[in-house]
Amino acid sequence: MKLLRFILQKEFRQIFRDKTILAMMFVVPTMQLIILPLAANFEVKNVNIAYVDHDHSSYSQKLINKIGSSGYFHIAGTPDSYLGGLKLIETGEADLILEIPSGFERNLVREGSQKVNIAADAINGTKSNIGNAYLNVVLADFSRDLDIRFKLPQTSSISPSLITLTSTNWYNPRAEYKYYMVPGILVLLLTLIGGFITALNIVKEKEIGTIEQINVTPIQKWQFILGKLIPFWIVGMIVFTVGLIVMYLIYGIFPMGSLAVLYLFGAVYLIALLGLGLLISTFADTQLQAMFIAFFFMMIFMLMSGFFTSTDSMPNWARTMSEFTPVTHFIKVVRLIVLKGSGLNEVGKELFYLSIFAVVLNALAIYNYKKTS
Amino acid sequence: MENKAIVCKELTKQFGDFKAVDKISFEVSEGEIFGFLGANGAGKTTAMRILCGLSYPTSGEASVAGFDVYKQQEKIKKNIGYMSQKFSLYDNLTILENIEFYGGVYGVSRPEIKERSTELVKMLGLEKEAKKLVGGLPLGWKQKLAFSVAVFHRPKIVFLDEPTGGVDPITRRQFWDMIYEAAASGITVFVTTHYMDEAEYCNRISIMVDGRVEAIDSPAELKKRFNTTSMDEVFYELARNAQRAAD
Repeated sequence: MKLLRFILQKEFRQIFRDKTILAMMFVVPTMQLIILPLAANFEVKNVNIAYVDHDHSSYSQKLINKIGSSGYFHIAGTPDSYLGGLKLIETGEADLILEIPSGFERNLVREGSQKVNIAADAINGTKSNIGNAYLNVVLADFSRDLDIRFKLPQTSSISPSLITLTSTNWYNPRAEYKYYMVPGILVLLLTLIGGFITALNIVKEKEIGTIEQINVTPIQKWQFILGKLIPFWIVGMIVFTVGLIVMYLIYGIFPMGSLAVLYLFGAVYLIALLGLGLLISTFADTQLQAMFIAFFFMMIFMLMSGFFTSTDSMPNWARTMSEFTPVTHFIKVVRLIVLKGSGLNEVGKELFYLSIFAVVLNALAIYNYKKTS
Repeated sequence: MENKAIVCKELTKQFGDFKAVDKISFEVSEGEIFGFLGANGAGKTTAMRILCGLSYPTSGEASVAGFDVYKQQEKIKKNIGYMSQKFSLYDNLTILENIEFYGGVYGVSRPEIKERSTELVKMLGLEKEAKKLVGGLPLGWKQKLAFSVAVFHRPKIVFLDEPTGGVDPITRRQFWDMIYEAAASGITVFVTTHYMDEAEYCNRISIMVDGRVEAIDSPAELKKRFNTTSMDEVFYELARNAQRAAD
């Protein structure tokens, strides 16, 4: 234990002497939490729509007005033909084309139905999908209005449509994107610190040759690993705290659940990620290699974790894979605790998973660190 | 019979087909200054790394301070000091912090570290620099400091891998004074070097060529055997037939 104290003393001296790490501890979490939720927003606004009106009737005009007033669409142009609309899509000015055929009003009045054509630019898939969905809602709404107008005078039934759906967003009542995003970014921060800093730190010692000097001393493997783990764990927890403060001050988000449980998860998660960083460092000989290996894992973790897309909508194999990334469990838990107020009972299973990651990754790191080659 | 600090028998290290160290055998007595010579690529550093417990031998036997290089590396490490070719103190720690760290990991107690490091800094004439970062020191001072750190915990044996590379002649001279002092206090010194004048300072030397020890004796005996007056000649006679290209 005495020996470990000497190692820790040395690590702390080096960390606090390194301006970059200090800056990373405070500036990085603040900046990321401020900038990312504003930029990384999946809500689609300003879908550019071009409409081709072959009918020029009062009904087609009504539909167009309705679309324009919905707040989601921006009228990009009113070409004369469908081809003209396609040109607008090609130049990128329009995301959607709505084609209203001639005879639109007549068919609606006489036959009670009429098809319209929607064409979407699928290069930006999310935008066109969501724009398409919005437009469908507007169209459905429009046709319901028509139903009421046509049918009500004739029949005396109570309502024209049979079922209407209303929905309420629980735990995030206004479905605000930031509530989803901000806790995720907090997780991202811990992940990057855990995965990168330790890996780079040890590999740097390999590069400058001090690791050989360490390997020739009686320092035991676990002492060396703990000597690296503890300081960066503390750095990570400080960053986590800074992140929580920024989250509260800027977004007014205060965890609904217990802060202690949140910290418990943060602590275990950091140990797991630091273990990954340590493991990477035992494989890599240069900082460049360490960066690339760490990037490889981080990319998979990020994409598979449900940070950007819900894991529920992934194919089975991907969902299984995402179970094997610690980030998945931590993101889930942080959102549950922060937004839903879940307690240890509800998220106990995740704690178990994260503990397994922590133990396995660190054990592998100790095993794979060789003092004698 | 006097005690042996290092014993090697047919020690071999093979990387694939390449025999970096090829059946070397020698003994080093306690308190001796043993020069380990050889051209670049002859296998000196590889052999030294095995003796320090940094690398496993492929075959053969060796013991350092009475401990086996296969099974007791950690015990060896407690009893030796090592100064590698690369400068390996921490640039972003001060002189005192480096001494404290390395002293501490070898189990020297805090009060003792304090006392000995004050003494050491005075001896090296670095009182003013003691609290400055090591990174800013001139190379010669760095090397002297690295040596002092390697023997700070008073090991039985100290391994020095080209300790005076790139250092000016005056500093080299001072460096060797420090080596003598360490040897006088009972530390066995195992040193590799390229400088033949330094070879003269050793009690005994071995010369490695292509992974094998080609000659081993005191400098005076070697010069007599090769019928010359300088170690340069001895080295040249032995090393010129080397197959491995110097790097």
